[in-house]
Order: sequence, then C-alpha cells, then structure tokens
Amino acid sequence: MSHPCLVTLDPGSAPRVLFSGDRLVEVDLPAGTRVLYPRPPEPGLADVDAAIRRAIARPENSAPLVERLRPGMRVTVTVSDLSSPFPSVRLPDVRQRALEILLRLLADHGIDDIAIVVATGLRRHLSPDELRRLVGPRVFSAHWPERLYNHDAADPDALVVLGETEYGEIVEVNRRVAESDLVVQVGVMASPLDGGHAPFGLGLSSYRSARAHQNPTVLGRCHSMMDPAASGLHTCLERMGRVALGAIEVFTLLATTNNDAFGDRLRLLAKNEDDLPDRERLLLQGLVQGSGRLPGALRKGLVGNLHAHYAVTSVLAGETEAVFAKALERVNRQLLVPVDGQADVLVAGIPHAGPYNVGAFLNPLLVQHMAEGVLFNAYRGVPLVRKGGTLILLHPCTDKFDHAQHSAYIDFVHQILPETRDGLEIQRRYEQKFAENPAFLEMYQRGQSYHPAHPFFVWYGGEAARQHLGQVIVVGADNEYVPRRLGYQTAPNMAEALYRARGGQAHGLDILCLHTPPLALGDTTTP
Amino acid sequence: MAASYFDVDGTLVAGNLIDPTLFYLLNQANPVRTFQRLSRAVAKAPAMAMAELLDRRTFNELLYSTYEGMTEDRLFLLADEVFESRIRPTLYPAALELVQKSRAAGHEIVLVSGILDFILRKLGDHLGGCALICNRLEMKNRIATGKLLKPVVAGPEKARLLRQHARANGHDLDECYAFSDSYSDVPMLSVVGHPAAVNPDRRLRLLARAYSWPTFTLSDARAS
Repeated sequence: MSHPCLVTLDPGSAPRVLFSGDRLVEVDLPAGTRVLYPRPPEPGLADVDAAIRRAIARPENSAPLVERLRPGMRVTVTVSDLSSPFPSVRLPDVRQRALEILLRLLADHGIDDIAIVVATGLRRHLSPDELRRLVGPRVFSAHWPERLYNHDAADPDALVVLGETEYGEIVEVNRRVAESDLVVQVGVMASPLDGGHAPFGLGLSSYRSARAHQNPTVLGRCHSMMDPAASGLHTCLERMGRVALGAIEVFTLLATTNNDAFGDRLRLLAKNEDDLPDRERLLLQGLVQGSGRLPGALRKGLVGNLHAHYAVTSVLAGETEAVFAKALERVNRQLLVPVDGQADVLVAGIPHAGPYNVGAFLNPLLVQHMAEGVLFNAYRGVPLVRKGGTLILLHPCTDKFDHAQHSAYIDFVHQILPETRDGLEIQRRYEQKFAENPAFLEMYQRGQSYHPAHPFFVWYGGEAARQHLGQVIVVGADNEYVPRRLGYQTAPNMAEALYRARGGQAHGLDILCLHTPPLALGDTTTP
Repeated sequence: MAASYFDVDGTLVAGNLIDPTLFYLLNQANPVRTFQRLSRAVAKAPAMAMAELLDRRTFNELLYSTYEGMTEDRLFLLADEVFESRIRPTLYPAALELVQKSRAAGHEIVLVSGILDFILRKLGDHLGGCALICNRLEMKNRIATGKLLKPVVAGPEKARLLRQHARANGHDLDECYAFSDSYSDVPMLSVVGHPAAVNPDRRLRLLARAYSWPTFTLSDARAS
C-alpha cells in the first residue's frame, strides 16, 4: 500500500490544481496517475527563543558557546540570506531571534568587536530594507552599515585564501570571517540544500572558490542535489568546508522549518483535491478563477507579497557536521515521501517564487532552474522519472527579466543559449568573460544584481536533468521561442503534452505529478 | 584584446567641462585680464546654454573659444592645479574600481571626452595610464586661437573616433565596452558589444532599460 501522500487518481477524480507561474490552473490527468503531495506540516516549536537558548547551552559535539567566549575576542556572526527558505517567511524571522539572543550573550561576555556578515555568496546583495527585515530593526539600527553588511564575492581585498583541498579546490573566503577568533554561523534549513558546509563553500566564498563545484561536471554528478550522500556538490562542499574548519573556529546554529508555505487559510492548496470539504472546494475554485481573471499587475502584486508560514521545528547548535546530520534527519522527516518505482512522465507546476527571485520576476532561466534544478532533483534514491523520460512543466515562460537583479541573465538567455546549450561549452567559451564583465560586476557590487557568473551556475544546476531526461514539454507557455531556447518543446494543453510523451503510441504511461509547493521529496525505489 | 571606452564628465567625475574653463578664466595673469575674459564668457553664456540643448559640438566650440589668447605654457602650467582642484575632488571613488575591473579583465582603458588633452592626460595618469580621445586647442605661435582642432570630440563624432581607435589598435568592437551617463553618447554606446549606462540621465536610463543595457550608479559617494 502506498503512502497517504502518494495518491493514485481514478476516473472520477477531480482535476488537480497546480501552479503555473502566479496563476492556479486546473489540470486533467489520466486515471492511474500518481500524485505526490507534500506531507502535512510538522508542528512548530511553541517557544523558539527557549529552543535557541537551549541549543546554545547544550550543543552537539561542541563545548557550550559561553565556554568558547572570552572578553576582547573578535567574533563574526554569519547569517544565511533570503534565498532560503522561499517564499520569504513572515516576521519575525528565526534568524532575527537567534541574532538578538547571540548578540546579548556576546555583549555579556565583554565582546564588542562583532560583525554580522550576510552570506550572500554570488547571489544579490540585500538592500538595507531587506537587511532590516532579516535581522530585525534593533540589530539593524545598532550595526548597519559598518558592522552589518553583505559578503562581497568579487572584492579581492575582502577575501582571503585559507588553503586547498586534496583535489586542488581553492578555499577562498570572506576576510573578516577568516580573521575572526570565532565565527558563529546562523542559518535556516528548509531543504537538504541548506546548512552544512554551504556557507564556507558558497555563501562566504569567492567566485574562484565557488566554481570548484558550480560547474557542469560536478553538478551533473548529483543524484540528487537533495541527497547529500549522493551529491557531487555536497561532497565538494564538504571537502572545502573541512579546510575552512581547520583554519577557523566555528560554532553553528541551525533552525529547521516545516513546510507550511500557505498557512491555515490556504493550506488547501497542498491537499488532495478529492478530499476537500465543500467549503474548501468552493474556495479553491474561486482561487483558480480569480487568479485567471485578475489583471496581471494586481495578481503579481498580491502573489509577490505572500509570505510563507514556515514554523521552526527544531534548533540545533554546535559542531557543523553534527548539527547538519541531525538537521537533515529532521528536514527529511518533513519532506520525504516513499515512492515505489519511477514514472515515464513527471508533471510539475512551476510557481512564481524561487530562491533567486525574491522581489523579482521568475525569468526564463529561473524557470529552468526551478524545473531541472529543483523539482527534477526532488528525490532520494533514483530519479522520479526514468532515464529518457519526459518532464512536463506548467509555466507561461514569459520573456521578462528584472533588469536590476538579473541583468547578466538577459545576455545569457538571449546571447549564449541561441549559440549552445552544452554546459561544458558554455563554461569554456563564455563563463570567464561574463565573470570579468566590469559593468555586471559593478551592478553586483553596488546594486542588487546577481554576480555575472550566477546565470551560468543556475544553468549548470540543470545538468543532471538534461543528461537524464528525454524531453521537456511546457504547457501554458505564452510564446514558443523562450522554451525552444531552453531546449524545451511546447504543447497547447496537457492532453497534447501527454500524447507527445507517449510518442504517438497507444500504450499507457506511468505518470507522476509533483504537487508543489510546498516541496516534497520522493524517496524513490525501483521494484 | 578588448578596450573599455569611458566618457568622463558625469560618468567618472561629477564635474563638467565648465569647471576647468572657469578655473582658467579666474586665474589669469592679472585681475584686469580675468575680468575681461570673464565678461566675454558671460556674454556668450546664453548662446552656450542654447547650444547645450541643441548640439553638443557647438557648445564645445563656444566654450573653448573663451581660451582665445591664452598662452600654451600657462595652460600647461595650470593643468596640474586644474586637475587637483577641479577634477580629482569630483572623481567618484567607485570610478577607480570600475577602471581597475576593466584593466583586470585585460582591457585597454580609453577616456573619451570633450575635455582638453592637457587636462585629461592628468586624469589618465591618475587612473593608471589611459589612451585618450579628447579635444585639442589650435595653437598659433604657442597661443590658443580659441578654435578646436578637428575632429571635435562630441556627440556622434565620439562613435566614429571610437571605431577608428578600435580599428587602429586591433580591438574587436563586439568585445569592447563603453560607459556613459548621457543620452547624447548613445551613438558611442551603440557601436560596442557591451554598452553600459553609468549614472544615467532619464532618457538614457529609459533607453538602457528598453535594450537591457547594464545600468548602475557610481555617484553615491565622492572622494574627499
């Protein structure tokens, strides 16, 4: 018997309601289709502040933080940025709570040489308003801008090489962090992609360092990215992180969250459509009709301002790897759903919100990232779809970009992809040139733009999917040239897409529909 | 090898062409001559204002006509002071970093400006050595005639000079960069593969957005 979150449709089943950008659409799927729903949200902690204090006092595989403090020492607190969890959480952010408790503790121990570095890596710098939102008004007003700032992966003066791994990967990190007596890492873990050694391998590193793992070779060896034990990315991050931990004193504080993206009122969006009571069924109908009829600007405004209701399920502190192992167990308990056997076709709606478009439009390259980087990788064990299978996406794939955030993305999609989609060739011919582009670098360092190498990394993130899948078909695209540029086909509706997936043959298909958000991971086994 | 072509006024420095000219007018050999030259310049001001709106080249010609009668040695002698007092303080600190980034990418650095050569050379040296495409005064018996030598560096002419420079130095224009703050420099920005709007005026900002040109500002802080 399959897990309750894996529902098999019968001929009388209602249409499934999936995201297609900022719209909700009804999709008719054939009887026999398996639909993978997220698990119900685990209960959140009643007193998060108490859990933070407790974790600090009783850490994993480490002396309590207070025993590692001495007056006059130089301490840097690093904080993960807004790329996770996504969509952004309602206030107060658990990172704000952790910072307030930590800073009070440091002050009580006579430590005043404190800096807070936001581990933005090659992602965009947070604006002052976003920083205030992340750390809270009290910490912001006391520390910004001299002692609270974004990491800059392109400023050679702000970076220092700590060493090399046995594979020759250079570990170059934030200078302030490297020159501190103690670094306290504060982060949130909503999926296996967060936490662990990610801050030193990515969030606090340089472009030179990040390209050790952000390349088509390593990212093509992730099976999957959501399974650290089978991920080339995590293996590399681990090697690099260990070099950093050999040179820097680190205390890690990590909060895990549940998957409550919608809160009580909209939780019906993550439920089996056949099990909804009449009132919720009517509301769902209203949401589908409303999202289709609202003017685009109003819809984007409403959807863009939705904040997730993720609750903190545990707070762990101490030695980085011990904390990560426990946090991973906790997160997997929320995300993993057993799936027996691979499908021929994977169907997924792509929502409006991803990790790299906070405050911006989900541009075509980010659609690719959500599809082939995030949702294809939503498994542990074997991929949800068989080798050579089909991925069917629902998204408009509008040719629209945020100029302030994704300037380099525009050139990537419209100048590079028409030439080639081969990751290795793109890396060889174009990456370095983009990474050194002075105009894009200025936009990264002085504005709110992603580093010019970031679109490359986002493309490489889909490498394993491109190697595995036979075809990708987009349903609901408002144009044909953007999907074609990404290497995708288009179909006017789901029936046509499934017909193409079948290759015109009459035989049945094993179809699996990923009902996200919130994220669910298939713990897939082969019979 | 590629090149980065930088407009100067408003792009790398906050000042404009009038500041150095005013410095020269105020620092004549004696107060009477200063008064005479200033009076003549003030008389031309309405025409200059009109020309600024209509044609950048005419503006440059009118502005530099106020140099008529100044000796070459005086112009050269005061160039250091002009740079130190009028240009360097208005240089955006971030401009230095932008130039360094271009140099680090292996680009030849070229300043393209209506500023006079003996002043712009000082800025070029300060930025670590740059090629110059700039205006030059006509001299007769080492005295400025008030006319500019052709070609006058302004507006669309910048684009032609930039192309000429790239051809002469073996630069592939598709690989070259150009940076400017002004809509009047759109011709210059359009001939390179990588145009960028820096501290753009409203019209350039709109155009840059329409054509997805990188846009950023260096004007948040000034050098002390």
